[in-house]
Order: sequence, then C-alpha cells, then structure tokens
Amino acid sequence: MPIRADYLGMSLSLDDLDVENLAYFKHCAQHNFRLQQCEDCKLLRYPPTTACPWCMAAKAKWTPVEGKGAVHSYTEVHHAIQPAFKAHTPYMVLLVDLDTQKGKPSSEEALRVVGNLASPDGKLAPPEMVKRVGIGTRVRMVFADLAPGLALPQWTIDEAATQPEKPWRYPQE
Amino acid sequence: MPLPADTDTSSPRYLRDKYAIVGVGETTYTRGSGMTTRGLGTWALRNAIADAGLEASDIDGMLSYQSGDSTFSPFIAGDLGIRLNFYMDVFGGGSSTEALVGMAMGVIEAGMCKTVVIFRAMNGFSQVRIGGTGARSAVPVAGEMLHNRAYGWQSAGQLFSLTFMRHMHDYGTTPAQVAGVRSAHSMHASNNPKAYYKQRVTVEDVLASRVICKPLHLLDCCVETDNATAIIITSADRAKDGRHPRVLIRAVAGRVCKPRIDMHYQHGPISTVAGKYAREILWPNAGVGPEDVDATGSYDAFTFTTMLQLEDYGFCKKGEGGQYVSDGTIRLGGRRPNNTSGGHLCEGYTHGMNMVIENVRQLRHDVDDSCPAGPDGKRKHTYDYKEGGCRQVKRCEVTANLGWAMPGTGSAMVMRRD
Repeated sequence: MPIRADYLGMSLSLDDLDVENLAYFKHCAQHNFRLQQCEDCKLLRYPPTTACPWCMAAKAKWTPVEGKGAVHSYTEVHHAIQPAFKAHTPYMVLLVDLDTQKGKPSSEEALRVVGNLASPDGKLAPPEMVKRVGIGTRVRMVFADLAPGLALPQWTIDEAATQPEKPWRYPQE
Repeated sequence: MPLPADTDTSSPRYLRDKYAIVGVGETTYTRGSGMTTRGLGTWALRNAIADAGLEASDIDGMLSYQSGDSTFSPFIAGDLGIRLNFYMDVFGGGSSTEALVGMAMGVIEAGMCKTVVIFRAMNGFSQVRIGGTGARSAVPVAGEMLHNRAYGWQSAGQLFSLTFMRHMHDYGTTPAQVAGVRSAHSMHASNNPKAYYKQRVTVEDVLASRVICKPLHLLDCCVETDNATAIIITSADRAKDGRHPRVLIRAVAGRVCKPRIDMHYQHGPISTVAGKYAREILWPNAGVGPEDVDATGSYDAFTFTTMLQLEDYGFCKKGEGGQYVSDGTIRLGGRRPNNTSGGHLCEGYTHGMNMVIENVRQLRHDVDDSCPAGPDGKRKHTYDYKEGGCRQVKRCEVTANLGWAMPGTGSAMVMRRD
C-alpha cells in the first residue's frame, strides 16, 4: 500500500516500488535526516538516486547527516500556484548548502537541500520571519510530519548560530 | 554581418549548410482558440507547407514535441493526407525545437525520409496551463515531485528563480537592467501584427507590476497562449527549388545539460546555465562566433532567461548580462536585436519555435511587419522602427537561436542566409 498524505491541499503519495524515497522519508519521519552514502567512493548525495552520480556504484548506505547549513539561494513566492499555498504567501523556497561535504568533490559542488522556510514546528514561516532570511542566513532542519513514514524536511532560522550581519536579499524592497 | 573570409562554407563538417528550413507557418496567437490542438496543428502545417510552396505529398517526415498536452503526428498527417516514412512525437517543452531540427537532419541524412515538418500545437491558455495551474496542479505529488511540488516549488518561475536570484547576488545584476528585456521585446512586438501583446512597455512598467515570485514581476513573465507553429526541413540541394532565399542550418546543439541534471542545483555555479556547455558545440560546429551574429532569438520564458542565455553563449562577458540587455544592443536598431517578433514575452508562447520562425523570416529579409509591398509584391522595408513600423533587421545574414528547458538544459541553432 502506498503511503498517502494530504498536505496544503495536495495529495502526496509514496509508491511501494519507490524504495529510495520510502527510505528517505521514513528517516525524516523519525526526525533523523539521512542521505545515501556511496559504499565505494563514500560521497553523500541528494536527492535520492538509484546509483552514485560520481562513480556509478549501485550500493549505498543511509547515513545520518547534520541538518545545518547556509542559504545558497531562495525565492519568495507572492503569487502561489497551488490553492492552499495562497493562504501562506509570501512563502520562501530555500536552497541550502549543507555544511557536510560542502565544496566536495569539486569546489562548485555541495549538498543543496530544498525546503521552505518554516517555524520550528515545521509549519510555513510567518511573514516577519520571511523578512529576516536571505542568502547566507544560517538555518537548521526541522520536519513537517504528514503521515507515518512521511515527513518533509524544512528549514528554520538557526537562532543559536552566528548569523551574517546582513544576509543578501532581493534589492527592490 | 557577412561570414568571416576564412569560413569554409563548403565544409561537410557536421552537416554544416547541408540542410535548410524551407517553410514556416503558424496559427494566430490567441487566448481562446475554440479548437483542439489537432485543429491548431493542421492549421500551422497548412501555412508552413504553403509558405514553402510544397504539397502534402512532398512531406514524408514529422516530428513534434509536447508535455502531455497535445495531439500526435499520426492525426495531423492523416488530416492533411500526408503519408509518412518517419515520425516521432517526443516529450519536452522549451529546448525541443533546435534539438528536433538536429534530429530531422539526422534522419534525412540516414535516408529514412526526405523532408521533415516539426510542429508544436498547444492550447496553453485554454487547456493545459504551463504555469501549473488547473489540470497540472491536480496531479498527485509522488516520486521526484516530493522534492519540489510539495514545497510549493512547481511553476517554471518558481523553479528557475533560484538561478535568477543567485545571478543578482553574484554579479550585482539589477531588476531594472533585466526589465530592459521586456521593454525591448515589447518594442519589437508593437511592430508585429501577429503579437498577442502589442503595447510597448517601459522598464518602470515592469518594476511597478506585481511580484509573482522574487525576483520576477508579472511583466518579467511570458504570456500563455493558444497556438501552433511549424517549420519544414529538407536538404540544401532540395531547397534550391524553394520559393524563398535559402536559410541554411550552420549548426545545432540539442538539449545540452549541466552536470547532475536530475537536480542541477547540486553543481554550481548555479548562476551559470547550460549555454556554457552548449556553446562549446555550437560555435565550433557553426564556424562562426557570437560576434558574427546579426540577430538572436532567445527563449524568453522570463526576462532573466534571455539575459542568462546571451551571457553564457558568450555575447557578453560572464556577469555582464544585465548591462548587455539594457544598453540598447538587443533592441531593433541596436547592434544585435533579440526576439524581433516580441518572443514569448509578447508575441505568444509555443515553446521556442516562434523565435526560430522569426529568424527564418529575418534571414529571408522578409519579416511580416506592416511595411508596404513594392511593385514586385515583396515588402519594402523602411528600417524605421517607430511603433507600428518596420521590424526587419538590416543586412541580416547570420542568426542564433538559444533554446531553454531550464537553467540546466539548453539547445541552440545557428542559421545563415545563402
């Protein structure tokens, strides 16, 4: 039986055969972020894949990864597409460079993990929090629990971290 | 600009100049076509076949592209009485046109058929909205979509904006610079009787329009329309019998990708797009460079996509795209006008093909503006680019089309006048 969840008006579905995503979201549901680590070259990868993008090896081990990093880029959505998101505008989509494996295997590479800016409880962030975040903001991972075996990793401001004095934000504000 | 003197135009290398586009056609660009994509497709094909001076029996190959939103070649061929020796309907949107031109050349070269028509038919406003609303929004979110749609990260604008924002961060590109693209394309569209949006707009108009998703304002985004487009490819030899001056294909690059194309943001710099890789195929194969190009046709799904492509194909230095698109270069009358039809931002949206059609007409020196016809029945272009006037580029000899699927995938084509 596929795992199903209704989230912000969307019907989410995790298929039985989608073993990579089943494992990924199962760990998220346990609030234990893990990525596949290649058993040959030992590199971590995101999002889930069926082989290693660097050495083609098939075998990988789900390895705990610290959910901390800095915003690499973002968009702030004011005109939502999905109807249920309209109540939450403006919302942010963040692309976050994990601290883990940043700059490897080449200087331009990083584990860049997508998520919304969220409150610590995993719900979409309120407007006053959106205004504080830009490129360079330090964030930590939280989870939106949707169903047994399915939680979405999200990002919230890492209040314990040293933040850049002024994160880069879109200039026309 | 004429080709460099040391260009060997007889070179068989890469099929350079061995194939030609001999016919182009389209429907009106509209919202509310009142017909099926099958009806739109046959309409565009009939126009392209008539433009080429051919008959249905001259066409024996067909290619189309779509994303689950259109009819298929067998229906179009059947409706028009075309017996096919080859056809294929592929999945894809932007970046398909140039890639399929390359495929058409390949199948003709292989002796599989002689003349190929490529079409794109879509009710992009009335039926399946590219922006992701309506039918597209109702699809269950599963598999790879769990890593994007589930985050409200779904439409092209939402998906690409991470690249756009990072470019502004990395290079100081400003919203006003990029808005220059809309201003230029609207100027061109005002001289295109076919264009859906003919009104000229200013940089200030763009910046004053509402924000869709940062950094995109409403007027940074293209229009969604109902329409079909078609182009006909055959050998340069066969093209000698055509009705128009020959438009020869110098080189194509098709769906060239950045690394990790499953999720290209893993590999930076994310402010660089696939043109960086495609140009390594395009320019050597074409035997010309950006400096030899008289007019460009960029995939302007957004103002930013034009800026990024022109930059990464080498029309300006990396990071100077904002300056390039705002200093007059890309406007009619400038050194290298871009999207002289108004493009996707203003003319209409058919996933890249209308910009190829426009450049074919530019190279024929016969764009369909409002210039009066002379005694020989051909338009006498005034080169006066005032509103409602001419949009023919003077001495247009070489053009480049830059196709785009997303920041990580691009296609391109160089054409020249015989």
